[in-house]
Order: sequence, then C-alpha cells, then structure tokens
Amino acid sequence: MKPEALILQARGTNRDHDVAEALTLAGAEAHFIPLNHLRMNKTLLADFQLLVLPGGFSYADALGAGKLHALDLNSYFNEEISAFVEAGKPVIGICNGFQALVKSGILPGEGKEEKRMNGSGATLTFNTKGHFECRWVTLKPVSQTCIWTKGLEGIVECPIAHGEGNFQTSESFLLPTFIENDQIALAYTHADGSSADGEYPYNPNGSILDIAGICNPRGNVLGLMPHPENHIYPHQHPQWTRGVKGNSGLALFENGVRYASQI
Amino acid sequence: MPIYRFATQMLQKDSCSFGLLSAPHALGFGRLQRIDCLDLYFIEGQLSQEELQQLALKLLSDPVTQSIAWDELPAPHPNLEAGEVIVEVALRPGVTDPVAAEIVRAAHELGLDGVHRAATGQRFILRFNESIRLSASQSVALSAPVSAALLANNVIQHWKIGSIEPSFPEDVESSGTVESILICGLTDDKLLALSKDRRAALDLAEMQAIQQYFIKEGRDPTDVEFETIAQTWSEHCVHKTFKALITIDSGQLTVDGKTTNRQPSTVNSLIKTYLKSATDKIAAPWVRSAFVDNAGIIDFDDEYEISFKAETHNHPSAIEPFGGANTGVGGVIRDVLGVSAKPIANTDVLCFGDQNIPFDKLPEGVLHPRRIMSGVVAGVQDYGNKIGIPTVNGAILFDEGYTANPLVFCGCVGIAPKGKHKKNPHVGDRVVVLGGRTGRDGLRGATFSSMTMDAQTGEVAGASVQIGDPIVEKGLIDVITRARDLGLYNDITDCGAGGLSSAVGEMASRIGCDVELKNVRLKYAGLAPWEIWLSEAQERMVLAVAPQHLTPLQELCDTFDTEMTDIGAFTRDHRLVVRYNGNIVVDMDNEFLHESIPQKQLQAIIETPIFDTRVFENRISNIKEHLLNLLSSPNIASKASVIRMYDHEVQGGTVIKPLTGVKADAPSDAAVIKPIGTKGLKGIVLSNGINPEYGKRDAYRMAMAVVDEAIRNAVAVGADPERIAILDNFCWGDPNRPETLGSLVEAARGCHDAALLFRAPFISGKDSLNNEYLGADGQRHAIPPTLLISALGVIDDVTKSVSMDLKEAGNGIYLIGEFAKEQKWVPAVPAITPQVYRALHRAITDGLIRSAHDLSEGGLAVAAAEMCIGGRLGLDINPPLSTRDLFSETTGCLLVEIAPTNIARFEETFKDLPIKKLGQVITDPILKLNETTITVETLTAAFNTPI
Repeated sequence: MKPEALILQARGTNRDHDVAEALTLAGAEAHFIPLNHLRMNKTLLADFQLLVLPGGFSYADALGAGKLHALDLNSYFNEEISAFVEAGKPVIGICNGFQALVKSGILPGEGKEEKRMNGSGATLTFNTKGHFECRWVTLKPVSQTCIWTKGLEGIVECPIAHGEGNFQTSESFLLPTFIENDQIALAYTHADGSSADGEYPYNPNGSILDIAGICNPRGNVLGLMPHPENHIYPHQHPQWTRGVKGNSGLALFENGVRYASQI
Repeated sequence: MPIYRFATQMLQKDSCSFGLLSAPHALGFGRLQRIDCLDLYFIEGQLSQEELQQLALKLLSDPVTQSIAWDELPAPHPNLEAGEVIVEVALRPGVTDPVAAEIVRAAHELGLDGVHRAATGQRFILRFNESIRLSASQSVALSAPVSAALLANNVIQHWKIGSIEPSFPEDVESSGTVESILICGLTDDKLLALSKDRRAALDLAEMQAIQQYFIKEGRDPTDVEFETIAQTWSEHCVHKTFKALITIDSGQLTVDGKTTNRQPSTVNSLIKTYLKSATDKIAAPWVRSAFVDNAGIIDFDDEYEISFKAETHNHPSAIEPFGGANTGVGGVIRDVLGVSAKPIANTDVLCFGDQNIPFDKLPEGVLHPRRIMSGVVAGVQDYGNKIGIPTVNGAILFDEGYTANPLVFCGCVGIAPKGKHKKNPHVGDRVVVLGGRTGRDGLRGATFSSMTMDAQTGEVAGASVQIGDPIVEKGLIDVITRARDLGLYNDITDCGAGGLSSAVGEMASRIGCDVELKNVRLKYAGLAPWEIWLSEAQERMVLAVAPQHLTPLQELCDTFDTEMTDIGAFTRDHRLVVRYNGNIVVDMDNEFLHESIPQKQLQAIIETPIFDTRVFENRISNIKEHLLNLLSSPNIASKASVIRMYDHEVQGGTVIKPLTGVKADAPSDAAVIKPIGTKGLKGIVLSNGINPEYGKRDAYRMAMAVVDEAIRNAVAVGADPERIAILDNFCWGDPNRPETLGSLVEAARGCHDAALLFRAPFISGKDSLNNEYLGADGQRHAIPPTLLISALGVIDDVTKSVSMDLKEAGNGIYLIGEFAKEQKWVPAVPAITPQVYRALHRAITDGLIRSAHDLSEGGLAVAAAEMCIGGRLGLDINPPLSTRDLFSETTGCLLVEIAPTNIARFEETFKDLPIKKLGQVITDPILKLNETTITVETLTAAFNTPI
C-alpha cells in the first residue's frame, strides 16, 4: 500500500506543491492539510505515515524564520507530533519547515517540553552574507542513522533559497554528543563532493561544520535547508543542456517513503 | 497602561550593520565607522516581570544568537561610549505594521493575554571616527544627514536622535462626514483651481463635463462622487492619451538622409489604430483574450490557458523604493488572479540613474539612485520570494535620465484550466471583498501616478505609499484558485488604483450596484467615507458571489486565514449607489461615469531621428580594452548579485534559468518554465526587449527593434515563433508636449508594424506617462522614451530548449540573420528576419543547435564573449572583422553553435537565408578575434566586476 503523506500548509507555505510532486514520484500518496483543518481535527495526524513541513515563509518570517510556525506546532500539536515522532514515523522539514522544527525544539533534541522554543541551544540564523540567496549546492549524505539519508550513494544536487539558513549552536550545546549521535544528516560540499570547509558559496550560509541538514537521535526526523524536491527531474538540473543527467533529489524522498511503507 | 520597550541585538557579527555601512561610505559619509542595528519592540499591556521575561525569551529574541533587554517607558537613555550616537526609527501612525500584529496574536497564543498593543522600530548606534570628540550639537549635525539619507524614509517613518516614542494607531471614530463640492456655478478658472486643490489631475473639458452632469442632476456632487470621477477618469485608469484624437503637425522628416514632406494627419486613438488593430489583423486563433481583461490570455495546451500582464510602479518607487516595488509586484500578481489564474512566474525590469552620481548633483527631494536601487531590489525580492513565485526573467538598465524617476516594470504569468474564468456579474450577486483590510494607504494613487512629481511630492504623497503583505496575498491565491474550481463566483477583479471605487465601479458598469461602506473592514477607525471608497490598500480582490455561495466561500476563507466581507449587491438599475450608514453618498449614472469622459485632443510633432554619436566618434584602437570595458559597463555586466536574491526555483519549473553555463554565471536570453501539473513536456518561454538608448534617437525604429529583441530572445531558447504573444509597456514624459507625444505616436506605429512583421499579437499593455520630475531648479527632468516589450511564448518540448553557453570544442560558430551595414542610425529590422527565426526554430526542434545567443548591446564581440564565459571554452573567430563588425549593434542576428556532424543539415535548413560561418569552439579558454586574444578568465573577471 502507498504510504499516506500529510503535507502541512501553514500561513505562508509555498513549496507544498513542489514536495507533493516529489513524494508522488517517490511512491507516496500526498495530501495537503491546511494547519487550520488539523487544528480542528488533531487526531487526523495519526492516520498518516509521513509528515512533511514544506518550505515557504510562514508568517512572513516575522520575529525570525519559522518562529511563529514553531509556536503553533507547540501550542496546538505538541502531543500529536510527539506521538508521531515517538512512533518512529518519518518526518521531514524543508527550509521553513526545518526552521520550524528547530525553533520548536523537535530538532535536534528529543522534543522534551523544557527544550522547546530555542531552549535546545541550536538555531538557524541569518546567512553570513546577510541576505536571501538562491543557488544550486552540492550535498553529501552523512548520517547512517537518519532513515532519509541512510544508504544514499553519491552526492545530492539541489537549490537553496533562503536568508536564514545558518546553523549555529550556543556554548552549552553538546556538539560532540550531537556528532556522536550521527545527527548531521547532510553537509555542503564542493561540486566534486569534497568538504566545503566553510567556503562560500559551496557552504552558502556560514553553517558550522557545513551543516545543511540534521536529524533527531533516532533518525526519523530530518530537517534541511536545501530543496531536494526541486531536483526530481533531469531538466531541473542547471547543466542539463550540457548533458548532465540528474534527479538526485528524488532518492531522499524514496528513502523516506520506503521507510514509511514498512511501518 | 504601561508601555515596555524591548531591544534585541545580535551577539555575533551583525550583517545588517555590515550592509548598511557599505552605503554611507559610497555616499560620502566616510567618517562613520560602525553602525549597530537593534530591533525595538514596544509592548503596551499589564504584564508581570515573569511574563515580560517570557515575552523576551520566547518571542522577541533567539537566545542562541541574540541578547535582549527591556525597560518601561519613559526609559533612561542607554549608556553610550565616546563617539557614539543613537538614532531610533519608528513607523508613522497608520503605516501597516504586520510584525506588530503578529506579536499581539502570538503573545495571546503563548497565554500572555495582558499584551494589548504592539509597535516595532529600530535603534541604530552610530560610531564615528574616535579621533573626533563630539559635542551634542556636533553629533546631531553628523547623524542627521545619515539618518535622513540612509536609516529612515520620511515618507513612512520618523526618526529621532535619542529615544523615540512608539506610535500606536489611535482609535478615533469616523465622523462619517460627507462634504458637498460646489461645482455647479463655478467659472472655468475656478473649475481648474478645484481640480488642482483636490489633486484630481482633471483638465477643463473634463471638469466641464462633470459640471454639466451635476447641473442636470440639480445638485452638487459629494466629495465621494467627485473623487470617484477623478479616479475613474484618471490617465492611469482610462488611458486618455492612448485614446486621444491626436493631430500630427506637417513638416519635413529626414530618415536615413532622405527627406520627405509630411502632410498633417490625425490618429484617432493610439490603442485602436496601432495596438488592437495589429492584434485584430493577425487574428491568431490561440489568443483567448486580448486587452479586455486584467491580463491577456493565450492557449497553452488542450487543458490550460496562460495569462500575462506587466505593470509599472514608477512614482511610488521613486519616493519609497521598497514599498513601491513591493506593491508593484503584489499588484501585477493580483492582475493575474483577476483572470482566475494561478501565478507561476514573475519578471522584473528595472531602470535606475547613475549609481555613482555625487549627492550635490541630485535634484532636490530626490533619493540617491543607489538607495532607490537597493530598496527596489529588496522590495521585489521580499514580495516574490515570500509569496512563492519564481522571478525568472528581467533586466536592469542604467541611464542618468532615470535619476529622479526610476522605472519599475513588474510582470506576472499565470496558468488556469480553460473555461473556468467567469466575467459576468448577475443581478442579485453579492459584492464581496476578499483579503486585506482597508486603511488610509495609497489614497489618490491613480491620479498621483498621472502627475509630474516635484520636490514636495514625497511629503504630500506620503499617503500614496502602499505597504505590501505577501502572505495575505498568498491566502488570496489559495482561496481564489479553489473558489474558481468550485464555481463560487461570477466575476472577479483586483483592487488596484482607485481601490473599491474603481474595482466595484468597473464590475457594476454594465448593471449597477448598491454598497454600504460601513461594512468594509478597516485597519483602524477614523476614515472618512471617501477615504474608504478610494483607499488603495493592498491585497484586496472584489468578487461577485451568488448568495447561496457565500457559505462555501466563507469556509474556504476561514481555512486560509483570509478575511471576506459582503459589502452590498449588484442591481439592475445601471447606477452606482454607495451608502455610509445607510445614507447615500454616491448616486451616479453608469453611462456618465464610464462613457462620458470627453476625448482628449492633443497635438504631436514628429522629430527627425538623431544618429548615434557615442561609439564611433573616437576610433577604437584597442579591441581588448574596449571589449573588457563593455563587459564591465553597468548595462552589460553581470546582474548576478541581484538575480541570486530572487528565488527563481520555487514551483520547480525553471528549466532555462536566468543564469546559466558551467559556473551558472552567464546571462540567459530568456526563461523556460515547465509548469507543475501540466501533462507532457510543453513549456512556457518568457523574454523581454527594451532599449532606452534607441528611444532617445528614433522612437519608431526603437519600437521595431525591441519587439524584435523580445522575440529573438524567446526564439533563441526554443520558443515557437508562430506562437508568441507580446505586451507593451510605454513609459514616457508629459504627452502634452507635442515632441514627447510625437515620439509616443512613432513608437506605437513601430509596435504595430513589428507585430505584423512577426505575426506576434499584443494581448495586453500599459502606459505610464508624465515620468518627469520638476526639480527645485525649475528644470524638467524627463526619462528617455522607454518601451518594454515582454514576450510570452510556448515550446512543445522543454527538453529541446537551448542555453547560450558554448558546449564543445570543435563545434562551428555561425552568425545568422542579416548583419546591418548601417552604423549611424538605429538599425531597422530586416524584412527577412521572421524567416530566419522560423529556420532557427526548425533547427532547434531537429536538435541541430547546441547553443544560441542573441546579439544585443555591445554587438557581436560581447555576445561571443558571453558564450565563452558560459561554457568556459574558447572561440576562434577567423574571418577578418572590423571594429564596426565587432561592436556595432544590429537587429535580427544571433550566434549559434553547431556540431560538425550537423553542419550540412544546418546549412540546408538555412538555405537562401543569411548565415555566415565565423569560426569554431576551441578547448583553449581563449577568445580570438582577428589578431586579438583574450583569456576567458579575463572576460569572466570583467563581466563579473561591474564598474
């Protein structure tokens, strides 16, 4: 049976159709659920096998990207989302969805109440360049714990489109534990797959350790700034006219959908 | 109630101050050493210490990257170090503050119910060179110009050295007062004085027509009625100049050295004579709607139609660049929503003054072009990115003629299933307003855009500035596309210039309506009835909804957090009736309002074209130096720093992107889009043509050339030349000056002839006149006559599209098209050009073309250089070419790259057409032009380093 994916539409979500296309190609049944509908029927979430927080500009980035969306997640769906995550079902937050996952504390931690609202010591802040930027990047799948990146061979190429994608942690954040837990899911690299080492524009936003995506310790929740959903067809690649054959963003969704179908 | 002030500051490097500091140095404030930026939040409410802390840490700051401090107002002055000055900035009362609204909502969501109101602001800490010891008055003297020029815009913000007071909108009840405008007994002089007093921009004949109508009605108009007429009859809304009866003076005309005697002649409506008539003569079966709706519409495939519209937002962008450009984008997106389509791509063409003009050379009251550009770009970026529409095509041009009057063209493409768009309100339908609330913003924008600006414009037109909220408009897209599919409305239009008066008036023009202004939802109380009716507050659409569909529409609106208001009904009595609290404030006959505007009578003089004196006065002695100078000149050099700030990937359909090639840093000729959800691989092509330099010299040939350029760009990436529709956007000076009108007539004539030559119909258009600025020096500063042609094409298979970067060493390079021998005059478009484009399209369809690039500014040499940059490959151009061949500008020509195995088929495809082999692609990254060799690295460096 096809796994059913819930694509949560917040106020200002805009890459919902893009990710629906990717999930459909990967073999899932994609459903758009406006946040207000879910609020009226919270138990609905449990009927799905996969949860997607798509990209966009929820609440126009007021008070920081993803912040008010995160507040909604914690105020309205705290129990339901915790249960979904604890059931081991796959969750993906892309760009604005990633920002909301981090600012709600669902990532990188275990989602404990006291960790919520940036108490986790990790955040996504303004790009070092200080402005929004749209360009293609190269990613290396790192984590073998993360069900989305596990076993992916080769690099993933896809665009970024954000102004606040710079992953930073506070001094109190346990970075060694985070790394040991295999929570770095995706890292920015040079075009040949070698480490970007903080070099712009390969690392486009100044994230520590070239972090492009992270997962929870269990590995079922992935958050990432880049948009693999915008590289699911060869003709989306910037060099397809030069004979480059690609759709390397799709593998990530195939991983998640395959995992969801086995739950 | 106490008011608290929270100040949030970045702990580490603050990119805001970094960005700000580059500007003052460029603008001559060299003594400024640092600017720190803090966000200020003013919260009014009854809150405990614990609640204040919660607010600070959970809502108003990010504990990982920011620090936050708060105190109760009046607060002590922050401690400063030597050489520091504090400047605080806040919005003026009544200016929309979406963040403040979110703070109150989110605070309540957190359970902090004591939060009553909020306002936002900014604090800047200026640090001057420490060697200066500043007295209080010196600090003011140094900080004031920086604040005015850089930190605040007086039109929407106020600033203060020291602590600023927040301004909360005051809850004032509207008096509901309606004034009677005495008009019936006025003399002609007094009529004109009245028009001027109320900034109505109406001329004597128009004022007399209003007077006669009300004499017949036996009463004077109300202020609401007078303002309604002024908006409805504004240049912006009815295009009086384009519909005028124009008399063209006789005289001698010299073109290409040949003198002819012109007989006096007349043109009855430029639109009918030159634009609509071209579309009618072409009679393309794939045009679904031209000139009648909010946007033009053509067929896409069996299932879908695509729509396209381009607008200008010049005057608002001159006085408040961010807000002006922001709402320009928002406005054109609503045009596409107005034909029930989902917006899928944006285009933006921007014209600015010289970025390095010294401050003392600026006309009084004019913002520096650098500030205008950064504000406009930020405004375009903010709206397009946040609403989730890719910005895929555009241009940026610089000319000193745009110093006081920048041009901001915003275009939007939409897609909709066929047969779902309805445009026919029924008697009994409700008049429903969707989206944003109504405030005092944007009052009299339609008439404002029809007047020449002067040094005071910024102040008196403060109310004309509109502030956008893209998230509200995203909600409109979500609601309207679903309501369309469910058939919930019978008519739809956007609230643009003239606000409700124009939108409702237009929808009711064939039947009638009766609306109640008291029902309109307001941002704040206190608006007079005419202000509610005329407000150009953003993000509003008006729908005609059958009563039984109100409930399902309301449910959709609730789902997507969109407000919906029923303000009245469509009637059968052919009158526009507007009430306030039940009392009639407008009661006018539709026929008078929409049909009785007197036709304007205008005089035009057509001047002899001027020849080019720029390039060839001084012979080019060094080809390399000249080419590198061209590549780094502002109009040719890379626009990557701007393009990368726009999201051009959202919606996943961008197949040919604005930047292309190995390093994605070469300029594409056009964009190709494969829309999500359509079957097969059919795509949309978007391109543009614009050339103000030609506009200054020969308006007729300029128009021909820019139509050609737009079509050539589209065909270069693979558009079918038989399926291209075009839009016109005329930006001109004051049409009451016969010479200015003469060049407008010539441009329109050029549009007509070019459209027929290429069989490319106009499907929509727009004009923005009076782009002039009356400086305090008494001089008029007019823009160059500027025509933007935007092209919308179709490509059957996007995987056949062609990019402009060189692909492989060994391939041949050909020049196709008739290479102009003319150097002095604006080049004419050779008659054979459409055949060349059709042959090129056949060759692309057959897979014979590896890359193609059009020859435009900078001529053949620049085109060749850009192709090398794209492919990081060399090019050996072997036939001897003169400097004129290399650099002169032509029409109808492209460079194409052909693999050796396809040369024979290519030459066969172009049999009897003008083609010339120029050389071949080489592995060595070197461009060889005769004796000159330049490395591709050098070319790239020049192109990527604008002067």
